[in-house]
Amino acid sequence: MNNLVEIKQLVFQHDNGRTLFKSIDITIPRGKVTAIMGPSGTGKTTLLRLIGGQLLPSQGQILVDGQSVPDLSRDELYQLRMRMGMLFQNSGLFTHLNVFDNVAFPLREHTPLSAAMIHSLVLMKLEMVGLRGAGQLMPSALSGGMARRVALARAIALDPELIMYDEPFTGQDPISLGVLTKLVRTLNDALGLTSVIVSHDVQETLAIADYVYIIAGGEVLAHGTPDDIKDNQSSNLQQFIKGLPDGPVPFHYAAIPLAEDLLRATPC
Amino acid sequence: MLTSINALGRMGIHYVRQFGRAGMLLSQAIFYPPNIRKGFPLLMQQLYSEGVLSLLIIIVSSLFIGMVVALQGYHTLVKFGAAQQLGPLVALSVTRELGPVVAALLFAGRAGSAVTAEIGLMKATEQLSSMEMMAVDPIRRVISPRFWGGIISLPLLTLIFNATAIYGAYLVGVKWLGLETGVFWSNMQAAVDFRLDIFNGLMKSVVFGGVIAWIAVYQGYYAQPTSAGIATATTRAVVYSSLAVLGLDFVLTAMMIGGW
Repeated sequence: MNNLVEIKQLVFQHDNGRTLFKSIDITIPRGKVTAIMGPSGTGKTTLLRLIGGQLLPSQGQILVDGQSVPDLSRDELYQLRMRMGMLFQNSGLFTHLNVFDNVAFPLREHTPLSAAMIHSLVLMKLEMVGLRGAGQLMPSALSGGMARRVALARAIALDPELIMYDEPFTGQDPISLGVLTKLVRTLNDALGLTSVIVSHDVQETLAIADYVYIIAGGEVLAHGTPDDIKDNQSSNLQQFIKGLPDGPVPFHYAAIPLAEDLLRATPC
Repeated sequence: MLTSINALGRMGIHYVRQFGRAGMLLSQAIFYPPNIRKGFPLLMQQLYSEGVLSLLIIIVSSLFIGMVVALQGYHTLVKFGAAQQLGPLVALSVTRELGPVVAALLFAGRAGSAVTAEIGLMKATEQLSSMEMMAVDPIRRVISPRFWGGIISLPLLTLIFNATAIYGAYLVGVKWLGLETGVFWSNMQAAVDFRLDIFNGLMKSVVFGGVIAWIAVYQGYYAQPTSAGIATATTRAVVYSSLAVLGLDFVLTAMMIGGW
């Protein structure tokens, strides 16, 4: 099977009745870096949570390696998650553990390896992200970029098949951005991973992705290689890629005309 | 009119749903207890943070409560020439009611609020989500040790509360007001029944410990992941726990006295 993740006719509605996805079809091929992009609030993070089984879809199918995620039992879901890694937007590092123990956490929980073996593995993972020397630091002492790299080392600790990145580039300085972009691509190729990046950082994501999905308004707006996306002349897509302040997605939130609003305004 | 009925119905559904979620969480905390190898250190850690770190407030409060009860009791009893009954008065008040209830209220304020805030912050900073995605169950790793830590800690703290309060009463009654030491202790020994007074008081504190820990973990686990949400959850944990303790105390007392 060439596709590790297959999402078919996915519909997702929040408890408050808001429909986030109307009908979405996405396939994530093995060994590739697939980017899912779209404006803020379109449900990109929700999509990752649906793939990871943290949320259940209202309708449709989510298959990971042929297994239907919503239909898995609790134990089967936890078995499947051991083959996944996820990098959270806030890193999600345990604040009471130092960097070394954070990376060692999944190894200690899921493997019977000796302390010496875990020590070696953690050092290797930290070396991959360039933070072997930061093992004894607490998460509060790390910069945002360093915290993401530690979280990345922890996400790959169990050598997963699938790794999901939730907004990995948001709020990073140019150096951290460069390091993270290189790491995502290098780790994918060196470890034979399948990567899913959810992001709205257009240039960085298009530079490393093999295939791109753009979602907006609860639907897939476009998909293709980064070049296909750049060449697509759809006004919606061009506004998003070029970061134009006004276009099909209006600058102004829907409201009555300004003059009418001013005239009927009552003092607070 | 219809709008009001709608709002009432919505509120009803909201509360029923909350009770349902709280019940599910309780059953999971009970039926997924920390396992021996990995869970025992976590449980010990919670006994330390919920129990040992609450010792200071428990000891200081109980000492003063015992001293005040003795002082008030002495000045009332002496009017009837019954000052020698000070020992039983203090011991029965403390072991039956003051010990379990005041220790529970202090525990809710000290440990319950800390548990809620900690779990709420773990949720807000995606630590619980990342744990789930690492195939580690947060119920077993985070919720259950804190729940069982509360159930075990509070009865132990209540015993310490009882002992310290009685010692406080001894200091005031015997050392300060001049009661005979032998009279103080022997009357107390004769009046206090182990099963009816001490054991029943401990049973109360087991129930209170469970309820406080349940409310604290529930409020933390389902807190809105914002600073305002965590503040609200922490306040709710203390308020709901205190009300639950006071209400349950009446029910348990009625059952133990044999009113039901």
